[in-house]
Amino acid sequence: MPQYTLEVNGKTFTVDAPEDMPLLWVLRDMLAFSGPKYGCGINVCKACTSLLDGEAIRPCSVKVSTAAGRKVRTIEGLADGDKLHPVQEAWLEQDVPQCGYCQPGQIMNAVALLSKSAAPTDEEIDEIENVCRCGTYPRIRKAIARAAELMSQ
Amino acid sequence: MTRKSTPVPPDQQASAAPSGLGRRRFLTYLVAAPVLTVATRALGDTTMAPPAMAAVPSPPSVEELYDIGDALNHASSPTMPLVQLEMSKDGVARLDFPRTEMGQGVVTAVTMLIADELDLPMSKVDVTVADARPELLFNQATAGSSTIRIFYDHVRTMAAIARTRMILAAAQQWSLDPDTLATADGAVTAPDGRTATYGSLATAAASPDLPTGEVAPKRPSERKIVGTPQRRTDALAAVTGRKKYVMDVMLGTAKPALVRRPPTIKGTLQTVHNASEVKAMPGIVGVVPIPTGVAVVADTFEQARRGVNALKVDFGPGPIDNQDNDSILAQLKKQVLPFAAPPLGAKTVEAEFDWAPACHAPLESNCAVADVRQGSADIWAGFQMPIVAQQEIAMKLGLPQDKVKAHVVPPGGTFGRNCFFDPAIEAALVSQALRRPVRLMWHRADDMRHARHRPQNYHRIRASVVGGEVVAYEQRVAGVVLDVAPGFGEILTSVATHMPPDAKTTVGMQAYSQSLFALMVASPYNLGVYDKTLTELPTGIPTAVYRSVHVPTTRTSEEIVVDELAALVDKDPLAFRKESAKHPDAAAVLDEVAKRGDWGKRMPRGFAQGIGYHQESKTLSACVVELDGRDPKAPRVTKLTMVVDIGTVVNPSGLRAQMEGGIAEAISLTLTAGLHIKNGLPLEGSYSQYHWLRMRHYPKDLHIHLMPSSNDRIGGAGEVGITAPSAAIANAYAKATGTKPRSFPLVFPVDFEPFPPGELPPPDYT
Repeated sequence: MPQYTLEVNGKTFTVDAPEDMPLLWVLRDMLAFSGPKYGCGINVCKACTSLLDGEAIRPCSVKVSTAAGRKVRTIEGLADGDKLHPVQEAWLEQDVPQCGYCQPGQIMNAVALLSKSAAPTDEEIDEIENVCRCGTYPRIRKAIARAAELMSQ
Repeated sequence: MTRKSTPVPPDQQASAAPSGLGRRRFLTYLVAAPVLTVATRALGDTTMAPPAMAAVPSPPSVEELYDIGDALNHASSPTMPLVQLEMSKDGVARLDFPRTEMGQGVVTAVTMLIADELDLPMSKVDVTVADARPELLFNQATAGSSTIRIFYDHVRTMAAIARTRMILAAAQQWSLDPDTLATADGAVTAPDGRTATYGSLATAAASPDLPTGEVAPKRPSERKIVGTPQRRTDALAAVTGRKKYVMDVMLGTAKPALVRRPPTIKGTLQTVHNASEVKAMPGIVGVVPIPTGVAVVADTFEQARRGVNALKVDFGPGPIDNQDNDSILAQLKKQVLPFAAPPLGAKTVEAEFDWAPACHAPLESNCAVADVRQGSADIWAGFQMPIVAQQEIAMKLGLPQDKVKAHVVPPGGTFGRNCFFDPAIEAALVSQALRRPVRLMWHRADDMRHARHRPQNYHRIRASVVGGEVVAYEQRVAGVVLDVAPGFGEILTSVATHMPPDAKTTVGMQAYSQSLFALMVASPYNLGVYDKTLTELPTGIPTAVYRSVHVPTTRTSEEIVVDELAALVDKDPLAFRKESAKHPDAAAVLDEVAKRGDWGKRMPRGFAQGIGYHQESKTLSACVVELDGRDPKAPRVTKLTMVVDIGTVVNPSGLRAQMEGGIAEAISLTLTAGLHIKNGLPLEGSYSQYHWLRMRHYPKDLHIHLMPSSNDRIGGAGEVGITAPSAAIANAYAKATGTKPRSFPLVFPVDFEPFPPGELPPPDYT
């Protein structure tokens, strides 16, 4: 079986996996990162959203071979020790989560969005496809605006 | 946390503020334990019906006299002394809470109640979700929007007693008059500046010799936390990815498992042709036939998925192989009972409505973790009724009940489905067969196609008007049988003797799901002679309670007829509702929503406002929406104003969140989300096909107003927020498009290519 080396949240891991093993199961089942969540397995619900070299990806539909040699960042790697990322701060301020299951993906997606657009427009936020079954969308919208404020300070 | 101590006889009584169940008095128990541990039990609960008024009065329905929350409250009462608050030596108040936190915020609300009453920071209150505790009997079911209604008084009384005992213990140590002592920030302080932390007093406060006398919880004006918005206690864990859900239990040790399921609902497993071939595939650990299909256990879920798809399996027929939504609807139409003859000379509004089946679609799909060993087992799942689950799983495994531990893990959503525990049974059987721990999950495609869902239903309504007044309202509801969770029927039976005579007759005469209908569904209006009945169609389709159960479909259909009645008698829908509403506080709620939602404003062509009003679990709600219906195939809710009167608000942030969730349900289920059953299987297999709303569908212009706490009653929160928005959306759609909404969801094409039955779709590598 081929071997792949990837960096997850600043640490290097080597795994034996088929070339087309989805990154999600490398992270969860092989490396025990519980942050990225399964919701559909086909790049629809976006619950597993994480970053690959800073870009938002859905690990359920990215091959391990694509991630090899690159930097993966999951929700667990977003805060700097106890110091939360401004997006996480904004999420807390707005008391966004209900069940919370989709929120790691929502937060990572917002981080990627804010890295490209410092003050996202309503239209840009409307394009977010991440499913929230509990209906936290209005709070996510406010939290993204608040995070944009915090990051501009 | 286990509590081996038993309650000693009551040492005092305490009274608590009224909470809609009449003024309640409590026996409190000092539990024989090394540190202070207290418990309570309510005395002589009474129920009261609200007054009726105006219009042609309708007699009170069962729901108004005695609702599902009352039933669950009475069922919980006998074992309430076993739910105990402990003050530990580390200064932390602990409560192992026999209810499930599933996103609805009950742990946060209960933490607030304890902290406020005890003068303790919320960070020093530790409310955990209890594993199955069979000794609690009927007091461990999370359902019916009842948790805070049940625990509001109990929790405050326990905390008030604990605080009093802290003062008495300090007074004894210092030889001071307890009336001169105060509490703040988890400590007792004396006028001379001495302080003693609760932790240091925990042992002394447990002494049975302290005479507490009668203790009352704080008055609303004395509270500092309850009534103020508080962040969820697990919010930090959620936003850092540290919160553990069911599928995170034993990650890395328990093996992933998926199940090959039949091509039609409940198709029966016949022959597995190539188990050994699949077992030889990379990463496969085991292939285990179970009653519901064939489980494939592997090192990773992807390998399990490939194993599932490689299996060659023969399935026999299921109970609805040739059925689809249309054929089931035709049977439902035949099922409804005929109307009585209308009064002579009456004008009538007659209408029929149908609602497609709906998937609970929690983002964490059906799943459970099981570790079954020789002679014992541990099971983890998001159980809403863990005691029954423990019993059933023990029976399936052939183990004594006390050898099976049912651990309750906060799930990633449930919306009612976890009153059942199908995946936990599967996980247990697979783990037993392989003698190793497994994490069994339903692929999303199976979760939408094979999991229990909200049953399809049909409504025929006739309202009769004589001389400008509604004199009769009849609603005949026919639904695919709602499976009532094991254990739920026992709860209703157990409380039958507490029920007022009308409710008792109903519950005695009808099957459990009809009882549930009667205990939940009422009308908030005086519409003369009123009759609303449910008949059910047995099909074999697996179903489950879905948030608010029969209420949203039944009441939204009624609210549409109410708009049509208002038009018939030439009245504004708002004015008509105000005149017809039974509850004395209804007019205030309707006026508030009209004012805040700018009711009656001119709307451009193709746009319209709609209104809805609702009462459920003692909570009143009203909603005004603005809807863009220029394209009837793509309606959009552009503005939504909601007003809620829950009586007593514990956590405004949590209550708003529940309303925001109810609105999400309303937009989805009214406009776009439903299952198309075709040849015995739902076509929908993912969120790209089941049209649950996304960010862009949620109105940016959102206003939720909470009426100030009246503190005279406490209503439910979790389920009550769907119906008023659903009604307002449907009524706005009618006006904007000039159509009569009758079939839900309103926009319901098959606009996707369904996955082949039985197969699990591959990752999207495009």
